Amino acid sequence: SVRCLAALSPEMRETLDKVVGSSKVLLFMKGTKDFPQCGFSHTVVQILRSLDVPFETLDVLANEALRQGLKEYSSWPTFPQLYIDGEFFGGCDITVEAYKSGELQETLEKAMCS
Amino acid sequence: MGVTKEDVEAAITSALSPSNLVVTDTSGGCGASYEIEVVSEKFEGKRLLERHRMVNTALASHMAEIHAVSIKKALTPAQAQPQAQPEPAADKPQA
Repeated sequence: SVRCLAALSPEMRETLDKVVGSSKVLLFMKGTKDFPQCGFSHTVVQILRSLDVPFETLDVLANEALRQGLKEYSSWPTFPQLYIDGEFFGGCDITVEAYKSGELQETLEKAMCS
Repeated sequence: MGVTKEDVEAAITSALSPSNLVVTDTSGGCGASYEIEVVSEKFEGKRLLERHRMVNTALASHMAEIHAVSIKKALTPAQAQPQAQPEPAADKPQA
């Protein structure tokens, strides 16, 4: 059978709604927390660690359908993708910038207390 | 033939008419990889996420061939002026 990988199916959308709502801080990344497979993913893991915030990660390299579906779901073409409180926060550059400005800490604090 | 630095510059220029644009080729042999700094009036009133989305959208047709894009700066012309940044209030108690 032929499947269109580019299309975000209603089932996939529903699944992703649940997944991003399942933890306060969720990072879709290449590799895992302990073994990031890409420098950009590694950077975001380091930032979250340094802020001492509990977070979950999902490896998009282990699931091609998840990887393609998420690009559409987030309207974001690359990984890592950071979700805070069920909302897309940004990729690596935005996270680094927000970390430097203090906006990331603020957003995380708000999320943890909500 | 993959995406060149000129392709990236052309795509951003036509979408965002930047007053300043620096595209740096950072590919370390693993494919097309670029760092981008953009100053554009079109960023006025837009949050950082929205600004990055605008750059990504401009590059959408090239994205499949690009290994990595890093948007280092997305500023408005006013923000790009070399002026003293107001210091954040230092007397705010930390929680």
